[in-house]
Amino acid sequence: MTLIYIVAMVLVGVGAYLTGRQKGVAFAVAGVAPGGARMHSLPSYHGFYVAVAAVAPMLLLLLLWQPFAPRFVEMQALSSLPQHLVPTDELQRSTRMREIVTLANGGQVPDAPAGVQAGADAFVLWRGLADWALLIFGGALALVGFGWATRQLSPEFRARNRVERVVKVVLLACSAVAVLTTVGIVFSVLFETLRFFSKYPWYDFLFGLQWSPQTAIRADQVGASGSFGAVPLFAGTTLIMLIAMTVAGPIGLFSAIYMAEYASPRVRGIAKPVLEVLAGVPTVVFGFFAALTVAPFIRNTGEMLGLNVASESALAAGLVMGVMIIPFVSSLSDDVINAVPQSLRDGSYGMGATKSETIKKVILPAALPGIVSAFMLAISRAVGETMIVVMAAGLAGNLTFNPLEAVTTVTVQIKTLLVGDQEFDSAKTLSAFALGFVLFFFTLVLNFIALRIVQKYREQYD
Amino acid sequence: MDATAALTTPSATGAASADAVANPKIVAKNVNVHYGEKHALKDVSVDIAERAVTAFIGPSGCGKSTFLRCINRMNDTISICRVTGRITIDEQDIYDPSLDVVQLRARVGMVFQKPNPFPKSIYENVAYGPRIHGFARSKAELDEIVEDSLRKASLWNEVKDRLDDSGTGLSGGQQQRLCIARAIAVSPEIILMDEPCSALDPIATAKIEELIDELRQNFTIVIVTHSMQQAARVSQRTAFFHLGVLVEGGPTERIFTSPNDRRTQDYITGRFG
Ligand SMILES: Nc1ncnc2c1ncn2[C@@H]1O[C@H](COP(=O)(O)OP(=O)(O)OP(=O)(O)O)[C@@H](O)[C@H]1O
Ligand SMILES: [Mg+2]
Repeated sequence: MTLIYIVAMVLVGVGAYLTGRQKGVAFAVAGVAPGGARMHSLPSYHGFYVAVAAVAPMLLLLLLWQPFAPRFVEMQALSSLPQHLVPTDELQRSTRMREIVTLANGGQVPDAPAGVQAGADAFVLWRGLADWALLIFGGALALVGFGWATRQLSPEFRARNRVERVVKVVLLACSAVAVLTTVGIVFSVLFETLRFFSKYPWYDFLFGLQWSPQTAIRADQVGASGSFGAVPLFAGTTLIMLIAMTVAGPIGLFSAIYMAEYASPRVRGIAKPVLEVLAGVPTVVFGFFAALTVAPFIRNTGEMLGLNVASESALAAGLVMGVMIIPFVSSLSDDVINAVPQSLRDGSYGMGATKSETIKKVILPAALPGIVSAFMLAISRAVGETMIVVMAAGLAGNLTFNPLEAVTTVTVQIKTLLVGDQEFDSAKTLSAFALGFVLFFFTLVLNFIALRIVQKYREQYD
Repeated sequence: MDATAALTTPSATGAASADAVANPKIVAKNVNVHYGEKHALKDVSVDIAERAVTAFIGPSGCGKSTFLRCINRMNDTISICRVTGRITIDEQDIYDPSLDVVQLRARVGMVFQKPNPFPKSIYENVAYGPRIHGFARSKAELDEIVEDSLRKASLWNEVKDRLDDSGTGLSGGQQQRLCIARAIAVSPEIILMDEPCSALDPIATAKIEELIDELRQNFTIVIVTHSMQQAARVSQRTAFFHLGVLVEGGPTERIFTSPNDRRTQDYITGRFG
């Protein structure tokens, strides 16, 4: 039904556009004649304006209608059931509705009580009514909008400016959706975090050294209350991030320098896309590469050297994560290096500097802010990464800075806490939100710093 | 060869002997430059006098910058650019494969059309060249070079109290003088200037012109300019380029008063260009 409505909207839009443009063309013809008024806007703007005036109310109606109509139809169906079949709780209600919808769509429900058919009939009736009402209302609104808009058209009418405003509103609406979603997520996480802190003191969470979130189901079991000291997780996250950046920082930066300054256009044309493909590899693929190839390799090498290496180690996860974020560092650094004006290079070469002197003393200092922000973005990427760590670094919340031991990270614990059947108001589940909030806060700060640095960098050349 | 009117070729006019350069610092012979398929410079031959200012004039796109960039091999940085012919400085072929380009560019400094100070402090801008070439053994020596260069570029008095400020924070004219100071600091023998005043106001331009006149005592200067008046004011010799060809060259006064070639005459009287 919604589909028909949307098709109708498109048809109305096209029709209104053509009508509006037709009028515009008529004005234009009249305007060329001696004594005729010169048109303000091109005919197509008239058409577009009329189309918007007709379609916008229809679209609004649909958006308002969509959440309420099905609920209304459902209520009608349930209230026409015989008394003994009217559901009393949520579970019954959803079973009943499933039966009604199946019957209404012409299906069979073998063990349905006899009276359900009455509900199904009501459902079909009201659904039909609702659909027709939508179409008729929509059509009426479109007509009103269309009439209102066509009435306004005249040679002097500033359709072009109106259309400009419509464009602005549409763009604004889209960015509003994005911003509101973010705000919504932040607030829901914040809210759950506060609930967690009402069950568990925040200083124990932020500064506690013991992470064992398993709470007992029954109060008399051992270890009845979990311990949510998140420091081991922060330490693990930091450790893996450091290892990853040790790999990705130099390799990414140096390959960016090579791409930007040394590579011939042909090499660059091939190497750059290939490097960027690395960014497109799903992280789970990196994950099993880490778990199946790198981790055993590190363990074997470690054993040969007489070191005690856990089968899942921070080193394995960090190395692979480093490889994963190389493209972030290199691609962004490459862009900022390319943004350094050619005139600075010329200036340096013109003084008899060699290529590497020029890079070291002129290009990198000039590009430094941009490179720093590339690193920041790569770090927030590393901190947010889950899959690789789950597969390669383990789940044990060891408080250690030894890269050969198993560690765990914030993201991994969030995933572990929320996987499986959980009560949604236990401290264990809620702690995931608190972790999420910390993570969010951390990446927010990083991104903020990166953005500020980039801004400063912009000022320098513009 | 006729169209190139090399300064040393006596065939052009009777006045040629007066045109000849007594002590050529740079000698170019049959220089051709191609950018890919485009033939940008055609058989250019010219002598450039030592410790004098030589101006290149000509309509836009005629190859002045291209030729200027041949003299310190800046064209090497453009991958599609191909240079043939022979250019010598002090009788040494600069396109000789055994020649060290980095050394060459230290001898032949360049000032660009748009001031391009490095985003570093004023001091560091000037100290850049001496540092990479290892001219100064101590901080005091480096200070001296910096001060000396800034003085020669008549910028010292304006910046001596803020040597640590960023070079990009100076005004356009000051930036251009900073770039000149930066070039001088390497104590080159030749300074190439590609329209050094095109981004400057008349007052800054006058300062730079004055400066060029002083620098002529110690350096060989080649300047590209679009201003006929500027060429007349600052240069001793002038060369006129047209469509990739060096039409004629000679003492500035002669070029501006009695050009041999019809095209030169048309250009300096403003009939085309
Ligand atoms: N990097 C390049 N790639 C391709 N062609 C070039 C390049 N640089 C210059 N050219 C071409 O070579 C010719 C000469 O250019 P050049 O820059 O030497 O002119 P110019 O005399 O300095 O002009 P202007 O007075 O406008 O600076 C022009 O036709 C130009 O299109
Ligand atoms: Mg030029």
